[in-house]
Amino acid sequence: MSDATNESAEALEREARAGLERLAAIRAGGREPSPRDRLAIPPQAMPCQGPAIRSRNMGEVAEGYGEAQARLEAERCLDCKNAPCVQGCPVGVDIPLFIRKIREGDFAGSVRAIKRTNLLPTICGRVCPQESQCQANCTVGKSLKSPGKAVQIGRLERYVADRERACGACDIPDVGRATGKKVAIVGSGPAGLTAAIDVRRAGHEVVVFEAFQKTGGVMVYGIPEFRLPKSLVAAESATLAEMGVRYELNFLVGRTRKLGALLAEDGFDAVFVGAGAGLPKFMNIPGENLVGVFSANEYLTRANLMKAYDRGRAATPLYPSRRVAVLGGGNVAMDSARMALRLGAEEVHVLYRRAREEMPARAEEVEHAMEEGVAFDFLASPTKILGDKDGVAEALEILSYALGEPDASGRRSPVPIAGSERVVPFDTVIVAIGNESNPLLARTTPDLKVDRRGHIVVDGAQKTSVDRVYAGGDIVLGAATVILAMGEGRRAAAAIDELLD
Amino acid sequence: MTRVLSKEKLSEEVYRFEVEAPNVARERKAGQFVIVQADDDYGERIPLTIADADPKRGSVTLVFQTVGASTHALARKEVGDAITVLGPLGNPTHIEHFGKAVCVGGGIGMAPLHPIVQALKAAGNEVVVIAGARTKDLLIMQDEMKALADELVVVTDDGSAGRKALVTEPLKEMCASSAPPDIVVAIGPPVMMKFCSETTRPFGVKTLVSLNTIMIDGTGMCGGCRVSVGGETKFVCVDGPEFDGHLVDWAGMMSRLRSYKAQEEEAHHRCHLEMEAEAAAARQGRAAGAAAAGQGGTR
Repeated sequence: MSDATNESAEALEREARAGLERLAAIRAGGREPSPRDRLAIPPQAMPCQGPAIRSRNMGEVAEGYGEAQARLEAERCLDCKNAPCVQGCPVGVDIPLFIRKIREGDFAGSVRAIKRTNLLPTICGRVCPQESQCQANCTVGKSLKSPGKAVQIGRLERYVADRERACGACDIPDVGRATGKKVAIVGSGPAGLTAAIDVRRAGHEVVVFEAFQKTGGVMVYGIPEFRLPKSLVAAESATLAEMGVRYELNFLVGRTRKLGALLAEDGFDAVFVGAGAGLPKFMNIPGENLVGVFSANEYLTRANLMKAYDRGRAATPLYPSRRVAVLGGGNVAMDSARMALRLGAEEVHVLYRRAREEMPARAEEVEHAMEEGVAFDFLASPTKILGDKDGVAEALEILSYALGEPDASGRRSPVPIAGSERVVPFDTVIVAIGNESNPLLARTTPDLKVDRRGHIVVDGAQKTSVDRVYAGGDIVLGAATVILAMGEGRRAAAAIDELLD
Repeated sequence: MTRVLSKEKLSEEVYRFEVEAPNVARERKAGQFVIVQADDDYGERIPLTIADADPKRGSVTLVFQTVGASTHALARKEVGDAITVLGPLGNPTHIEHFGKAVCVGGGIGMAPLHPIVQALKAAGNEVVVIAGARTKDLLIMQDEMKALADELVVVTDDGSAGRKALVTEPLKEMCASSAPPDIVVAIGPPVMMKFCSETTRPFGVKTLVSLNTIMIDGTGMCGGCRVSVGGETKFVCVDGPEFDGHLVDWAGMMSRLRSYKAQEEEAHHRCHLEMEAEAAAARQGRAAGAAAAGQGGTR
């Protein structure tokens, strides 16, 4: 978390080996390390590319543990009987078991333990907000009175998953006996891929429909390469293909084929909709349609999926940005700001209406952004975007806020400071304040119930108002996380399997 | 991935491709478009309108003009080559029996106009088509339109075919006549659509335009295609592509279209240099081949 370090991976490995030797000495003395011994082991820091270097390249920021680091970190786990960490995991990974396996040096067994409930560990190990899920419940963190010192479950997950990938010996999950039933999965993001895996494991035929030219959804168009290498997403997608999952790329359900027709005419017995978030939200301030103003979706898609950063080869153009303002305080805002730096911006500012503590972004992302040189303007929000005579953005008018009296919930809400408007030059504005829902499926599928914000309404088993149609992920939740989407995909898959049984 | 089934060069800069796309051919309606990519990894996603479709053959016809690096890359594809096509996208044209419809097509705007004229005719409308182009060579789909429309009026900027006039001139006369149109559909370059809208505005004739803005996904995700219509921000891909021409913020739309002008010019330039290099290499190759053949001949 906050202990990401620029110390070299070799130095960290050396220290970890020394730690392991101390434990070996205890064991040589005829006893297992006590909980006290384990609590004394410092959390293993994540080796990272240095900020000055990484902020100018697209390579992954976090380099991953070495073996000694992973083994020593695994020794920190107290193997609690009640396993509070598992309750914090949306897909219920048997965390104590997979960590015990690392301790025993059985790395393959460790991955197998994870994959019983989570088939995408290389991805979850990188992008899950562990600090608010499994690690938030960890007894070690609680004992040390510092949630940041919890067992680094995500890093361990990543280690064993990467190790398996690197060996090239990935287990292909078993597929049940063919049932003769066919299931359509709409969207190949985290919800869709998870549902596809589980439905396929049950022996049903699975076709995944993806509107883009590549599978992965938000994991390829939204989350940047420097946080989640696209080769990993491709490898995970390929594992599904080896299980017999079929992909129909460049296929937009609702337009290329109506959802109803999949069921009525194309022989599908059930459909899972994991179509993801939709229309980007804007602030509704003057000047938002000026040239140089982008939704984070557009900005990131150009850079990620369309590879616009590879200027020599990519045909998709990039806007020449020098001074960039990012509006918003979530993970997508952090991704946009850090991407802007990597694409060559001279100065990048994140503008957020509240204070740092209220930012919804993961602490680690905020810290990484700060280290890389992103400036943060807290308690500031734009009131208009100013353009030149050609309709090109050139400045923001920004209003300052102060924290007011605490409201009923105890939270101090921001209050604008009258007369504090100032004009600051920016040639690029990236709006990262979330998404509305995509209206397309609801418009083209009669009887598909959506709430007033356009999200598909589902019951506890992810079933929609339409018979045999299930939904999950951002199209149901609004903007959420990869792991929550996976949890929904998994629940829907179970319901679909029950329906088809 | 789909295949190019046939390719025809309609003029110096305009190509007609028939591509294999059975789902698009089956589902598409007048007014809809596709997103095309010449190369999955590094290609740009560009919106193109659908000129025609053959559901039996499972193909759609695309007509495009080479304006930038991506359309040039597309133009270099040959029969049998793979390209990526996503669609049909956007809302279909609202077709009903209006009475008299005047359809204005500027340049390759004639291509997307074609299915709309078909649909308007099928709904029992009287359809007059005004076909405009800079010059005779850029007039396309004349035969198809002649066969469909009740009347075809041809205008060129330089008078090399039909009347020497801008499309707005006959349009204005028709609006002012004793039998004015009940609806006008104008598709072409933004500036043409803008002036068609300005022409019909004083006559109060409803005018539909089809916008071709910058977009990436075309499915309602990126927001790059947004345009102000009647003071509200609309997304061309999910709210359009057709809008009331009297409400479109033309200045804003046109400046957004110019967002990447500098980069496009550079890419275009680079692409021309590459083409020249390729051509030079081919010439050399041929020369080398001829030399080799010559040697063979003397052996």
